[in-house]
Amino acid sequence: MDIYRAIADRTRRAILDELVDRSGQSLFELCARLIMKHGIESSRQAISQHLDVLEAAGLIRTRREGRSKLHWFEGAPLKAIGERWPIPTDEDTSHSTDEDNEQ
Amino acid sequence: MRINWTSVCVDDQEKALRFYTETLGFRLKHNIPLGEHAWITVVSEEAPEGTELVLEPAGHPAVVPFRKALVEDGIPYTAFAVDDVEAEHERLVAEGVRFVQPPTDLGTVITAVFDDTCGNLIQIMEEKGQM
Repeated sequence: MDIYRAIADRTRRAILDELVDRSGQSLFELCARLIMKHGIESSRQAISQHLDVLEAAGLIRTRREGRSKLHWFEGAPLKAIGERWPIPTDEDTSHSTDEDNEQ
Repeated sequence: MRINWTSVCVDDQEKALRFYTETLGFRLKHNIPLGEHAWITVVSEEAPEGTELVLEPAGHPAVVPFRKALVEDGIPYTAFAVDDVEAEHERLVAEGVRFVQPPTDLGTVITAVFDDTCGNLIQIMEEKGQM
């Protein structure tokens, strides 16, 4: 699973946003946050599948705490993007125009 | 028809009674021996005539995989209402209670989830903006 496909989905990006907000969440907590904060009403089953995709891409890892399975954001694979397309310095971007980025 | 009782399945009724009364602060209402087990109910100090929580023995074989699956995904067995989730979280942590989810603001509610030490996760919930 490559990271580009993994982050090419609004729900999966929202999952990463929430895991950055707080590390070590259960499926239940993630689903609650997605519904209440993002209006994403996907089933637990669907969110679980999104988590599998993110885990396969190395963007999250899971660990058992007690008898619960918790999820962490893992940012390291995203370095590949910055290495492939280096982030411009301030001088380089002085001529660029601001455009809205898709959330 | 009225909802006078609701229940949680617990590994050990005596241990559960201690946790639900001494730690959570509910009051024992009934403790009626029934052979191997007992019919144990607790009530809220804030509503002693209100709904009773039955501490049900988790004896049926199907309860084991059912609760295991819930706990694995962090899903609470039931939820209790509190006025202040932050304050309850602080109080319960001081009592040694383990939280799977610390107080989390979800817009209309603040929730937290803890382990009841008897095989369940329990959610506490505060409704925001209530007059």
